[in-house]
Amino acid sequence: MSFPWAKQYEPTNPVMKFMDEKLPLPRLVYNAVGAGYPVPRNLSYMWNFGVLAGFCLVLQIVTGVVLAMHYAANSGVAFDSIEHIMRDVNWGWAIRYAHANGASAFFAVIYLHIFRGFYYSSYKAPREMIWLLGVVIYLLMMATGFMGYVLPWGQMSFWGAKVITGLFGAIPVVGEPLQVWLLGGYAPDNAALNRFFSLHFMLPFVIAGVVILHIWALHIPGSSNPTGVEVKSESDTVPFHPYYTAKDGFGLGVFLLIYCAFLFFMPNALGHPDNYIPANPLSTPAHIVPEWYYWPFYAILRAFTFDFILPAKLWGVLAMFAAILVWFFLPWLDKSPVRSGNYRPLFRKFFWVLVADMALLFYLGGAPAEEPYVMISQIATAYYFLHFLVILPLLSSFERPDPLPFSITEAVLGSDDKAALKDGAGSAA
Amino acid sequence: MIRLAGILIGLVFTFVVLLAFVVGAYTAATEGMGEETAEHAFHLDPEHVEFAHDGLFPSWDLQQLQRGYQVYKEVCSACHSMNHVAFRNLEELGYTEEEVKAEAASWVVPGIDPDTGENSTRPGLPTDYFPSPYPNDVAAAAANNNAIPPDLSLMTKARHHGPAYVYSLLTGYQEPSAELAEEFPDSLPGPGLYHNPYFANLNLAMAPPLTADGQVTYADGTDASIDQMAQDVAAFLTWTAEPSLVDRKRTGWPVMGFLLFATILAWLAKKQIWAGLKPRKD
Amino acid sequence: MATTTDTANSEVVAEDGVRRRDFIEIAAVSVAATGGLITILPLVSQMAPSKDVLAESTTELDISALEPGQSIKAVFRKQPVFVRNLTPAEIDAANAVDPGDLRDSQSLADRTIEGHENILVVMGVCTHLGCVPLGAAEGENKGEFGGYFCPCHGSHYDTAARIRKGPAPSNLEVPDYSFTSDTTIVIG
Repeated sequence: MSFPWAKQYEPTNPVMKFMDEKLPLPRLVYNAVGAGYPVPRNLSYMWNFGVLAGFCLVLQIVTGVVLAMHYAANSGVAFDSIEHIMRDVNWGWAIRYAHANGASAFFAVIYLHIFRGFYYSSYKAPREMIWLLGVVIYLLMMATGFMGYVLPWGQMSFWGAKVITGLFGAIPVVGEPLQVWLLGGYAPDNAALNRFFSLHFMLPFVIAGVVILHIWALHIPGSSNPTGVEVKSESDTVPFHPYYTAKDGFGLGVFLLIYCAFLFFMPNALGHPDNYIPANPLSTPAHIVPEWYYWPFYAILRAFTFDFILPAKLWGVLAMFAAILVWFFLPWLDKSPVRSGNYRPLFRKFFWVLVADMALLFYLGGAPAEEPYVMISQIATAYYFLHFLVILPLLSSFERPDPLPFSITEAVLGSDDKAALKDGAGSAA
Repeated sequence: MIRLAGILIGLVFTFVVLLAFVVGAYTAATEGMGEETAEHAFHLDPEHVEFAHDGLFPSWDLQQLQRGYQVYKEVCSACHSMNHVAFRNLEELGYTEEEVKAEAASWVVPGIDPDTGENSTRPGLPTDYFPSPYPNDVAAAAANNNAIPPDLSLMTKARHHGPAYVYSLLTGYQEPSAELAEEFPDSLPGPGLYHNPYFANLNLAMAPPLTADGQVTYADGTDASIDQMAQDVAAFLTWTAEPSLVDRKRTGWPVMGFLLFATILAWLAKKQIWAGLKPRKD
Repeated sequence: MATTTDTANSEVVAEDGVRRRDFIEIAAVSVAATGGLITILPLVSQMAPSKDVLAESTTELDISALEPGQSIKAVFRKQPVFVRNLTPAEIDAANAVDPGDLRDSQSLADRTIEGHENILVVMGVCTHLGCVPLGAAEGENKGEFGGYFCPCHGSHYDTAARIRKGPAPSNLEVPDYSFTSDTTIVIG
């Protein structure tokens, strides 16, 4: 792994020498995010979101463990225990708002991270495994976030749990028994709340495990970069520390400024007022919506309104899962040899259409299920599937990419000594 | 192979969703975009009201909160509980420990008869929470034409634009307009219901609670107009919903200042570190 | 086109010999570390008693019905507290001992409030390992010295609730309390 010119860890301090012999943890860190990891020198700020996502995961685990010290997972007192945290626990309001807004921040960062991957085709060889693990992380996050939103046991918690588990009811034959099994009852109640709490506590540690695999897989080919041209020589890279630790430190500061503006000045802006009403199984809110980060997929779910061979509900569920699962196949759907969208003029246009389409789906998922929103979401859903499953696979046959730079060094400096000498020598990766 | 399967699956989903679109568009073209509803046509967004606790530099107007508490006590508490708020919390409104003790004792809370063990009542203690006027939901529904009066502790957080909503609702009772009667006769208030354009479905089971100027005699001598009482109780309910609101925003400023300072330093450090590596395109 | 790149270690030394870049880097890292430390404060203080727990940290007791020889058990900060109205015989028994001979030398007067020497208020928590001693309720074993007896490891307390025999290191603790009237005490 890594490049031959990577700096080696050479402890001078006897304690660190001892440590390095017995348990080379400092060496691991040095090679992972220290000076021992050579990184392309041309990464833009779009490469900050990996570190920020890691920060969000830690933030959520720390605040979550603290909240679990005060929260009571029982349908009789869960809502009251949240208010106890908000009113009586020292700094309870800050910790709870940090966790609730932390979830939104985590998803915002992840979406930027994913779209960075779309634009620069970070999923392409040799980085398929990094991408696959990333999609697994995203799926685990969705499950964790959903179960976390159930825990306050407000109206949206309850009805969200009911609607989302109801999706499994769409599966033929086994659907309804499956739903009852998931809930441990016929509707969400104590059994569901307790298991959701247990899983909500456990899954973040699974995510942390997959994150370690994600980073491990990243260190085998090394980071991608905005040109999409692989690293060829030492002049293409800089050590992660101090170059990218400094850049990520600045990125973290900007992130925290935005995050704290939400936390301290509009902590409920991304939530729904109905979740401050205790769960009532006998009264449905006028307008059930999930948290904002699920809106695109919720819009896709609701776009299928016509029974074509299969019931519309089943089409919606299939499409919603397919919309995410399709990401797993991206490395094999997009065959263009060019990675970066910077050198793919046609792809770039479609990419921005996809961004607009996703923005529209975000909006529609939060809008009420009435016309004209449903009709617009049908068009937007159609483009979503066309983009990933039809346009992307066919695009490479029609597209004529722009000329690529010889190397990262050439892209950054305008020329590369080695270009003349090696004349297109193979990738050093 | 994967690409071929992908294209086929993609076309199937696209076909089905476009089919749904065509069916929907056809329905919309032949039958219209769905019927106009009374809620859609006659519901009003809350009126704008200003409070001392609004904005980026908030403070509690303790006089107003005390007046609002008086309105809650003398009017709202007849039907509405407030079970996340304890009497001890009233100290935050500027009452002394002794006053809170006396205030708590003026409320009757459920207790247990120490001799017989049967349910009974006793005077409140500062550690008690505001009691519900009804022993349970069934009693509350029975006494109120099947509409259970909601708990008020979190009301301003449980509605969009909560404080403005509470104010608008309390002052918004009115006779249904002639247009409403003409266009949506079904949306006229039925027996036991009251028309209020600020309420989601226009028909509210709660009778107008604030009916006359001077309904409450304010201890601080403020003129108790309906408008004043509505504002005061809206302010009070903002406090009950989030007692930490002012502290939260006041904590926010030093945090933002510190982060800004740290971020600028981080930017300078980043610039310094990268300076030696700047591309030299002459 | 220039093709040279400076390496990571280009050192620009200012006139006073201190590298400016070092200063800014050290400042940035220090400020970040300070921020991290400040963030720990709420995470630590959240574990301290919450407001509702603190609000229940005093107990008010009406002892008007407490006859000599009787005890009541009350709850103070979620722990038992014993209030005993001592009989003259119990008071004499307690005063007959020289405090200097005791493991934890205190007189009855040290453990009661002046003017109310017959009212003994102690925590019902054995000073050995925290069990609840017997002797406050009617018919319970009061131990060899007529006060309290802890069944866990056999500590005997006398009528002033002082340790007389057994493993406990000190007398039953007298909490902070005061009389707000002749018949009302406030503990805590």
